[in-house]
Amino acid sequence: MKKSKLADPFEQARLESGIGKMDDQNDPVTMLLRLKDVRKTAHNWKVFQSGAKPGRIVVPSEVNIRDTRQIPFEVDPPEHGDYRKLVEPWFKRPLEADYQAALTKQINEIVDEALSLDDIEVVSDFSLRLQSRALTLLLNTPYSEADTWIGWGTHVFRSEGDSLDGDKANILYDYIDEQIERASENPSDDLYSVLLNSELNGRKLTKEEVKGVMILTFAGGRDTVINAVTNSIAYFAEHPESLARLNDEPEITGKAVEELIRYFSPLTHMGRVVTEDTQVCEHAAKADSRVSLCWASANRDASVFENPNEVVLDRKLNPHVGFGFSHHNCLGATHARQIMQILLTSLAQKVKSIDILDYEENIEDLDQFKRKVGYEKIKVKFNPK
Amino acid sequence: MAKITFITTDESSITLEATSGSVMELAVQNNVAGIDGDCGGVCSCATCHVHVDPAHLDKTGDASEIEKDMLELDDNANEYSRLCCQLEVSDQLDGVILRVAQ
Repeated sequence: MKKSKLADPFEQARLESGIGKMDDQNDPVTMLLRLKDVRKTAHNWKVFQSGAKPGRIVVPSEVNIRDTRQIPFEVDPPEHGDYRKLVEPWFKRPLEADYQAALTKQINEIVDEALSLDDIEVVSDFSLRLQSRALTLLLNTPYSEADTWIGWGTHVFRSEGDSLDGDKANILYDYIDEQIERASENPSDDLYSVLLNSELNGRKLTKEEVKGVMILTFAGGRDTVINAVTNSIAYFAEHPESLARLNDEPEITGKAVEELIRYFSPLTHMGRVVTEDTQVCEHAAKADSRVSLCWASANRDASVFENPNEVVLDRKLNPHVGFGFSHHNCLGATHARQIMQILLTSLAQKVKSIDILDYEENIEDLDQFKRKVGYEKIKVKFNPK
Repeated sequence: MAKITFITTDESSITLEATSGSVMELAVQNNVAGIDGDCGGVCSCATCHVHVDPAHLDKTGDASEIEKDMLELDDNANEYSRLCCQLEVSDQLDGVILRVAQ
């Protein structure tokens, strides 16, 4: 059961001090590790702001590779609420039957293909493809666009051995600029066009604002979805009984999705910039310093979750923060939940078992902590029913 | 069988009948405006927030610690607040009136 396990590297620090320390490009971060502190801090946007210099609330910081403000992600209330209200209906489209039918077709195709092969490298050849194709639905762009995005590799901002790669980021930014120009000249019913045509407080969104929403949409849902999908495959490889149970009791699938998101916590943490001298978890936090809300640690907080290091597939009370918390909770969560729901259903219906043949873990270096967030590569064999 | 009345933020009223499941599920299945139930009912998203009519508090009982912790950070929460994914439909709820929170 070791290959699919995601350990909790934060436990000791969470119990002893409640915080962790991380240096990040000479802009240190105090990590908040307890669920209640994470929630309280996420909610307190006045003292812990998102609307800092673009890129600064992300860890590792992107201030050196990005000037465009991600929207609504890097905006504080009340402006945040205006933007959020504007984009929210679009990002709820995954609840529509047509959307779910198209996503089901895509995911079934990928699962069927995996079943037909002798082996498959899941990160590149399953999860990245699944994520990219699904993104064409969220953006309402042609299916063929997915090939371009798959060609960028697994990380939009990262390439191997280099946690922040400005050249790679430019590929995305240039692509988005081109798409905005295209949509501006020839509007369609894709997200670019809808945003360009949107009004905020009586004025049209600027191209820079549209770019901000699009960067968020591309970047926020890439590594996270890829890790959630890949980790699910690894988990089911070592827990065939869970696949069988989902097939017998499909009504627990929604709970299983929430539990896997809690256990995997695909986004380890997210930063905030402190606006005044204050305290976090009884530790001083200076104005203009950074804290982070460590979702991954909060989701293993034993004061809230029973048996936090176990996947309890039908966990009934599961107040996890895998999609963040409060004002800035994940805009793409509806899409992500549908991907997971449909993936679990498809696997449960079609797959008997999965064998892990070879793997290399993806370990995040958080200075004080090393956290497995997923896999660099994992080769498996899917066995049909 | 329990009759459950929702009053939405635009003051329209809808009364639904059910015998099982959670109140959130009932609301979502019947498109009660303002009840989203994003997390499917595991007390993680707080998108099913209602205020229990004060005259009906005995029907719903108290929120659990975990639910209270979620509500504590909701700006629209008060002493009558509940997350209705945590309310199981039963005869005890019959006649309850729930106001959908902002």
